Amino acid sequence: MNLPATGPNYSYLLDTESMSAWGLLRLREQLENGLPLTPRPYQTLAERTGLSEQQVMNAVSQWQQQGLIKRLGLVVKHRTLGYRANAMVVWNVPDDRVSTLGNAMAAAACVTLCYQRPRRLPDWPYNLFCMIHGISRERVLNQLADLIEQHELSNVDHAILFSNKAYLQRGGRYVSNC
Amino acid sequence: MRLDAADRQMIDSYQRNLPVCERPYEEMARALGLTEEEVIQRLSALQEQQVLSRVGPVFEHSQAGASLLAAVAAPEEQMDLVAARINRAPGVNHNYAREHTYNLWFVMTAPDEDTLEERLDELEHQLKLPMLRLPMVEGYHIDLGFDIDWEALP
Repeated sequence: MNLPATGPNYSYLLDTESMSAWGLLRLREQLENGLPLTPRPYQTLAERTGLSEQQVMNAVSQWQQQGLIKRLGLVVKHRTLGYRANAMVVWNVPDDRVSTLGNAMAAAACVTLCYQRPRRLPDWPYNLFCMIHGISRERVLNQLADLIEQHELSNVDHAILFSNKAYLQRGGRYVSNC
Repeated sequence: MRLDAADRQMIDSYQRNLPVCERPYEEMARALGLTEEEVIQRLSALQEQQVLSRVGPVFEHSQAGASLLAAVAAPEEQMDLVAARINRAPGVNHNYAREHTYNLWFVMTAPDEDTLEERLDELEHQLKLPMLRLPMVEGYHIDLGFDIDWEALP
């Protein structure tokens, strides 16, 4: 589940034999733009994809169960709300500790995302990434200090990459081609 | 941006577990003590104000297709230009300026790994800047939409 993708996963097409594969692909494409804000959004999607309303709801439920959809709900743009300090904190952690530390950091309230990624030496020595979506730079630095103290990371080489501008922020375009 | 209590409650309650039924906004409305029309109007307004990027599913990257975090070191005076070129590349869905030698960080998505490689090669060629490619090895955090700390917001 946590492995990087090796190719497109079309298993959802096989599990729902009675539905048009073409319709399901169109549904995936439509859903990447979000749910329509109409009283019957699944009916609206049905009209756009040639599926029935029931088929659309079944497909969405099934994709949730399979984990293809990890959550269904309001997707917030934190920057608009006032989360102005977005820090990507990167760490050079010994390989044998990266999973343990990754799981520990992910559990911290201030950490919103946490991943292991490959080093690219000599340019990039860091292999553990965590995101802190914070309200101010000062608060983020305090949260980071707590994290370092709590997990005894003071000797671990790290860098803080604050983001000062979002040029683009939207949902993934896996199916639709834009 | 300050939101009223109803908007805040709506966000707190529905970053996940949006109902899958014929009238999901009506069901939300019942739980929130609003009307269906009010819920739809509020959601539309929040989208317009850029508080919400959308209402809907967040796909799991590793199952939905291929994606990769990449970075380039753009000359300071060309950042906007390089960022605009990155935004125009197919499949790019996040692009942030960050304070580092590698100052532009973006996520590229594609239906499969081969297409992703092609898109990255093409962009790297176009930008004439070396690109750091950092695929995910392991994820430790599932994105459930974190709770907004309304009190601490400006």
